[in-house]
This record gives sequence, C-alpha cells and structure tokens, in this order.
Amino acid sequence: MADVSTLNTTVVATDAARTRLSAGPRGKKPKKALSRRNIMLYGILGLAALYYLLPLYVMVVTSLKGMPEIRLGNIFSPPVEITFEPWVKAWAQACTGLNCDGLSRGFWNSVQIMVPSVIVSIFVASVSGYSLANWRFKGSELFFSILIIGAFIPYQVMIYPIVIILREMGVYGTLTGLIIVHTIFGMPILTLLFRNYFASLPEELFKAARIDGAGFWQIYGRIMLPMSLPIFVVAMILQVTGIWNDFLFGVVFTRPDTYPMTVQLNNIVNSVQGVKEYNVNMAATLLTGAVPLIVYFVSGRLFVRGIAAGAVKG
Amino acid sequence: MNVVPMQFSKANHSVSVRDLTLSFGSLTVLGNLNLDIHDGEFLVLLGSSGCGKSTLLNCIAGLLEPTEGQIFIKDKNVTWEEPKDRGIGMVFQSYALYPQMTVEGNLSFGLKVAGMAKEEIAKRVARAAEILQIEPLLQRKPAALSGGQRQRVAIGRALVRDVDVFLFDEPLSNLDAKLRSELRVEIKRLHQQLKNTMIYVTHDQIEALTLADRIAIMKSGVIQQLADPVTIYNRPNNLFVAGFIGSPSMNFLRGELVEEGGRTVFTTNGVSFGLDGYEASEPLTAGRKVVLGLRPEHIKVDGDLSGEEAHEAVVDIEEPMGADNLIWLKLAGHTISVRVGGARRYAIGAQVRLGFDMTMASLFDAGTEERI
Repeated sequence: MADVSTLNTTVVATDAARTRLSAGPRGKKPKKALSRRNIMLYGILGLAALYYLLPLYVMVVTSLKGMPEIRLGNIFSPPVEITFEPWVKAWAQACTGLNCDGLSRGFWNSVQIMVPSVIVSIFVASVSGYSLANWRFKGSELFFSILIIGAFIPYQVMIYPIVIILREMGVYGTLTGLIIVHTIFGMPILTLLFRNYFASLPEELFKAARIDGAGFWQIYGRIMLPMSLPIFVVAMILQVTGIWNDFLFGVVFTRPDTYPMTVQLNNIVNSVQGVKEYNVNMAATLLTGAVPLIVYFVSGRLFVRGIAAGAVKG
Repeated sequence: MNVVPMQFSKANHSVSVRDLTLSFGSLTVLGNLNLDIHDGEFLVLLGSSGCGKSTLLNCIAGLLEPTEGQIFIKDKNVTWEEPKDRGIGMVFQSYALYPQMTVEGNLSFGLKVAGMAKEEIAKRVARAAEILQIEPLLQRKPAALSGGQRQRVAIGRALVRDVDVFLFDEPLSNLDAKLRSELRVEIKRLHQQLKNTMIYVTHDQIEALTLADRIAIMKSGVIQQLADPVTIYNRPNNLFVAGFIGSPSMNFLRGELVEEGGRTVFTTNGVSFGLDGYEASEPLTAGRKVVLGLRPEHIKVDGDLSGEEAHEAVVDIEEPMGADNLIWLKLAGHTISVRVGGARRYAIGAQVRLGFDMTMASLFDAGTEERI
C-alpha cells in the first residue's frame, strides 16, 4: 500500500516536471550581440588594427603611383594609374653610392648572411640548451646564468672588442665573421628557449633512451629533435626576422659590396642626389620587409602544425 | 648483514646493493643501504612518495650515480657501468614512449642503436609483440594507443632487450583502477613465464602484496622490513610497517603491560586484554608502554566468539563495502574498525561483544616502535 502510493507520487512528479519545463528560462542563456563589452572590445581592436594598417596602406598605395601623382599630395588616395615601375627600379636600378643595381644585390647578400647564420645559431643554441637541460654538468647552472646575463649587456658595448677579435682571427669583414657574431648574440635567448623546452619534455624519455643505449648525439638527433619541431620553428622565426632586420652588425661587420639589404635600403632612402623618389623608397622598404612577413605567414602555419604533430603526451 | 662478498656469488644473487649511499649536497636520500635480490625473484620496493624507492631503482639502472657503495648485477660490479651495459630493462610510470616513432620503432630503437642485425631485431620484436599481444598495434604511433596499450609497449621495450633484470618504476600508477588490476595480473603472468628478476617500485600496497615474492618497505631511505608478503602483513617489524600495510589499516591501542592474576596482560584506559597466544620475541615485562595492533579482520564479533575473552563495544559507524562490512566501534575510549561479512549489518549504537585473536596481533614498544 505504502509502496504503491510512493510510486504514484513519483509518476506525478515527473509528469509535472515535463510540463513545467516550458515556462521560464531554459537551456543556453542568450547573449546580446551589441553589448557594451563587445562594443569596447571590437572598437579597440578595430582602432589598433587601423593604426597599424594605415601606414602600410599609404606605403603600398604610394609605391604604385608615378611621381607626378605623388606630387599632388593626396597620400591617402588610391593610385589613378597603377604602375610597377618603382618596384622594378627599387629592385634592379636604384643607386646606392657607387653601384646602381638596386636592392637585388643586398637581397642576395642578406640571404647569404641569413641562411648560414640561422642554421649555425639554432644548431649551437639547441645543442647547448639540450645539454644544459639533460646532461647537467658541473658548473652548468653557473654557465647558464652567465649566458643569461649576457643578454642584458647592450650590444653597442661589445662592438669594438668584437671588431678587434674578428680582426685578430682574420675574419673581419667576411661572411664568416658576421655568422659568428649572429651566432654569439643569438645564444642567450635561444639557449634559454631551448633549455626550457627540453626541460619541459618528460625526463623519463631521456632516461629510457639512455637505457636503450643511445648516446649524447643519438638522443639529441633521434629523440629530442623530432619532438621539438615547434620550438625550432619559433627559434627560426626569431632568428630569420632578427638577422634579416639587423642593421647594426651588418653595417659594422661587412664591407660595402657585402652589405645586407637593410643597410642598402638605408643608403637608397638616404641618398641625396636628385629628386626624392618616394615611390621607389616605399617599394624598396616593402621589398625589404617582405621576407620576414613571408616567414611569418608560412611558418605560422607550420608552427600550428608543429604543435599538433608534437602531441607529446607520450 | 653482508660481510663476505664472495658468498653472494655462490648464493646466486641477481642484484646486490652494498652500502649504497646517495646524497645531494647535504641531503642524504639513501643511507648505507644493503639489498640482495635472488635470481628470478620478484622484489617490490614499497613506500610513500619521497622514501627513496625510485632513487634506489634509478641507482640500480645507472641513471643516478651513487655517492658511495657498490651495485652488482649477475655478480658483476656495475657501479661504474653505463645503463645500457648493465643488462637491465626499465619501464617507467609515464611509459616514456618515443612519440615520433611507431610501436615497432619504439621496440627496436635500442636494438638499432646497439647495431644489431635486422633479422634478429625483427625476430625479437615479433616475439615481444606476441608475448604482450600487441601485434596489431606495431605500426601505430603511441598517441593512437590507450594507456594500457602504451604500458604494454613500454614493457615490450624492456622485453626485446633480452635482459636479466627488469626494473619497473610505478608502471601502473597512471592507469585507471580497472586497467591497473588487469595489467597487474599480466605482469605477474609475465614473470611466471619469463622467470626474470624483477624489481618493482610502487606506493600501492595491493600491487606489492599481490605481485611480490618479497617486499622491501622503505621509509626515508631505509628499508624497514624485507620479507614475503604474508610475513609483512601478519608480522610487521615495526609500527610504520604495520600502519603502512593493510587497508583499512590496523587498529592501534596504546597502553601498557601489567601483571594480573599471575600473567601479563595488556591494559588500556582501564580495560585489560589477555595476551594468550601472542608469540613474543622477548619476555613481556610488566610496566612496559606498548602499542597493541590488530587488523580489522582479526577481531571476532558476537556469533564468532567461541568462549574467549570478550569485551563490550558500541557500534559507531557502519561502512558496507559489498563483500564485507566494516564497522567502527567504540571500545575503552578507542575507535576500532572490525571487518565482518557483508551480510551482517549492525544498527548504530548497538552493543556488541568483541574477541581479539591474539595469535594474529602485533605488539610494539611504544618508545622504539619495534615489534616485541
């Protein structure tokens, strides 16, 4: 008797619940699209984007105009007559001091500087980071501290001594000298980057590899390297943009015929003979900046893929 | 314990640790530790985290350098040997599979590094895969495996090395309860099949009790007791071991020994318990402060009593666990737990009579905490 009555009440209760569900809020809470928060958020984002994109817009537009159109002074107006003449001139004919073969020479110089510098500096830093993280040796912590402190010393302080050192080594003014400089100055930040990354990999992987009999280089090459694609991409982005954009070392440690693109760009823009060809200058600047931009776009995708591929949780 | 080293080679020890000390600066993790493991023995190092059990295992593996002492594997002094030359295989808690390699690549990596012939590698991988039943997984990456499968591959990586000694560093701790009990059985079966020496580190006492030939219970770098599971469970050396092993844990009653009617009895809060049947290793002298330890299943309730000394107790709380029922009782100011059959239920506040099985009890000195 008692059992039956409780059964009945539960049935009634569920029925009531079913009908009661239609009234009042249910499910997801609706959100206003034009809330104060959204207006603030997108407003600020929009302004910031505008602030950065406007100069780029002006540069692109100006580089596509002829000089007569530029002289009209409407820097924001789109080109009436699109011309690629300034781009061609900037690449192949613009004069810097003695020679008049445009930025192309500087581009190839920069490539010759950048490729080996990036490879050597990343290799040296990754091996240092790996040994600091996994093969603790006596004084490794001290070594690391000194390296990090090195990152805080202004470059300018070290330029003159390095010039002398490179001269004594007989590599001053050569590509080798500049590669050495880029490798050394890339060390602190890159070693920190790699050390922290390798330290974050499970230590047991390293132990397992040692039990399997792998040595220093085998563990580096066959275990650590394949797991570290994302950090190598990050290091590559840092170094490619850093070395490509470098002006100071380029101007100090190279000779005029091996000047990198940035130095040459400066020489083109600052050359004082004849009229100021704004369109050529803009085109030259865009050409110089194109490489880091392309690197960002290409490796940005690689970066994401790298993270996905390295789903490390072994 | 080990004075004459030559004796060990005759006694067929697979792994011997002698006077091993390991310190990091002023912190001593292992102090003068001695341990002999027989050929084909399954030894479990058991202890809570930070007791040095994993450190000891890493020392045996050669992944940590001892500060002092020696390690012998198969009667060969391997103290200065590289891990790969010690004849060991190791299985880690986090599996430590190389994520970029397939299962096959993981199994064969060590053999490839050692420069073994391709046919031999293939043969060994096939054998290990067969033993562990991971043949269908050989071409998969670790990310595409479940936890249990990963740990099987990790065991396989030790298996292909064809070693004398297997080292397990909490291999089941990352698995869920069901898988853990399944793999536990598999490891035990593997040991029976291979008959290798296995050293197994765990903090899980069930794993220790079910797997081990002998258990070494460790606390702050010192082995507290080294014995077979039955001895460890029933005759713990000291209070720490007694409290560590057993779930629900042993009941401890603090009291003292007094002379009563011509015999020594244990008394706490004015209630006396006869110690008939207890095998003391030293004479029980009156006046000594002691701790009486009794496991929940060694206390008889009401109907189980057969004429022995009985004590009144009040039921405080009842915890039904299915197969059995754990009841918490108030007795002489102490709360004690008693395990009874799952069908027997007790009302809160009910009066029951308890009888203590003193043959299964443990008596510890309150000061030294050593077994009497």
